[in-house]
Amino acid sequence: MKFAAKKLASLALTMLIVTAMTFLAFSLISGDPASTMLGTNAAPEQVEALRDELGLNKPVHQRYFEWIKGFFTGDLGNSYKYRNQSVTSLIAPRLGVTLELSALSFVLIILISLPLGVIAAGAKSRFYSVFRSALNRLCMAVPSFFIGLLVTWIFGITLKWFSHGAFVPWSVSPAASLLYLFYPAVCIAVPRIAMTVNMLSSTVEAELKKDYARTVRSRGAGSSRLLFVHILKNSLTPIVTFLGQTAAEIIAASVVIEQVFVVPGLGRFLVSSISYRDYPVVEAIVVLLALWVVLASTAADLINFGVDPRLRRGAKG
Amino acid sequence: MKRNKTLIAGTILFSVLLAAIVVSWLWTPYDPEAFAGSSLEPPSASHIFGTDNFGRDIFSRVMKGAGTTLTVGLMTVSVGAVVGVSAGALTAYYGGALDELLMRLNDAITAFPSILLALVIISVLGPEKTSNLVISLGIAFIPSFARVSRTAFSREKTQNYVISARLMGAGDVRILAVHILPNTLQVLLPAVTIGFNNAVLAEASMSYLGIGVSPVDPSLGFMLKASQSYLFTAPWYAVFTGLAIVLMVFSVGLIGDGIKKSGRSE
Repeated sequence: MKFAAKKLASLALTMLIVTAMTFLAFSLISGDPASTMLGTNAAPEQVEALRDELGLNKPVHQRYFEWIKGFFTGDLGNSYKYRNQSVTSLIAPRLGVTLELSALSFVLIILISLPLGVIAAGAKSRFYSVFRSALNRLCMAVPSFFIGLLVTWIFGITLKWFSHGAFVPWSVSPAASLLYLFYPAVCIAVPRIAMTVNMLSSTVEAELKKDYARTVRSRGAGSSRLLFVHILKNSLTPIVTFLGQTAAEIIAASVVIEQVFVVPGLGRFLVSSISYRDYPVVEAIVVLLALWVVLASTAADLINFGVDPRLRRGAKG
Repeated sequence: MKRNKTLIAGTILFSVLLAAIVVSWLWTPYDPEAFAGSSLEPPSASHIFGTDNFGRDIFSRVMKGAGTTLTVGLMTVSVGAVVGVSAGALTAYYGGALDELLMRLNDAITAFPSILLALVIISVLGPEKTSNLVISLGIAFIPSFARVSRTAFSREKTQNYVISARLMGAGDVRILAVHILPNTLQVLLPAVTIGFNNAVLAEASMSYLGIGVSPVDPSLGFMLKASQSYLFTAPWYAVFTGLAIVLMVFSVGLIGDGIKKSGRSE
């Protein structure tokens, strides 16, 4: 429990630093939003009135604490662009869409790369290992949005398996929603599957050379039992850490992929809000994305702590 | 010595691309900005990559665009490498509380995907300028360089050649730049190639998102964005432009792998 408490404290500390840096950066460098919103011809009184309305005349630290409080109460003020809508009401539905897309990508990555990586390590041919590393290189060289364009062209336009831009929300039909998001999820997953398979098979190969693997084999265990029971258990820690990083990268990739497939998620909204300089929205999304990244790595640490007794012993001593 | 096939393959592929870029400074088959045929012509003998919506020759534009992408990538990686390697070298060499503090901060920052970091920085700086794109991507890449160089420099600083250089009266700057730096290149160069690739991919993504782009000297990412509207009528526009990015990143990746391999076999 001590370990978990320590991890949660470090999560809180990181988020405190992230929010403070985000808030300072946007409030110090970005200029005066009131005069930007009203344009250059606005009267000084008008600008002053708007500054009051937006709460910009209060001291920085007070605004910061009010802003932090807003994450817990749900009151993050109004968007600069959509003046009558609150930041929370704009972000909430989009967050749902992005979570759906990310979860789908993550499931695809795990379902495909775990068995593939373990099997790949068992395969010994030299041709295969060259092929694997070349494929891995190639997958990493293709920008995910280019995969998105190719998938749109092949499956959307030529084969007409899905209709590009016709996203269906989960609330209307979960099945149709997942079916549409399947294509962007594949684009996010493909490069990461390549990396995970590569990482996994080199971990497994290293484990196979260890003494216990020979012992298990000499006691007559079949190679699939050896691979999936003994080896997989022992390579779990680096895999979980790697998947934690992957979860963080998924959210970055979805920012771009949402644009390709016209998915109304958080990433697409972030990009348009940056272009409109809608700072309350940008700040809130940045904090949410940071929270996602930090949560992913904390979760990976906690899972590792749960599955690996060596770590538990280390934490006590 | 065993021939390093990875390095050779990477160098050959990259040379082809580099040759096309260098030639594009002097000559392109058509003026990349002028009408060279009717609009959206499929690939043919006169336009091997076809033409875009304005009837401009895509091959000529890809040659030019690859140059822009290469330049932005190189500038970005230079910002990240120069600042990051210096920071890593100095903290490793002097150590102390500052080292501890900077590395903690570094760990926190590297947890964030660089494209997210760059997006945040550029939204503060202003998303309209290419120079801001280079700066924000460069800043986003500093931590990874700092970490790699810190590890390399702290391994080298206790070596005998460093101690003897110090005994002979060499100053800190000289020891760091002349004595240690060349010995860390084996580790730093692959990091530079990875950084360059990430920079190219990030720049392409950002241009695709319409952030930090200028219509003058369009990069490959900018062209890909433009090509998306014509996927139905002119898929070759997107395919050839995208393949140019893939070729650049793939070949530089091979070079990086090759350098790493040659280090291991020595």
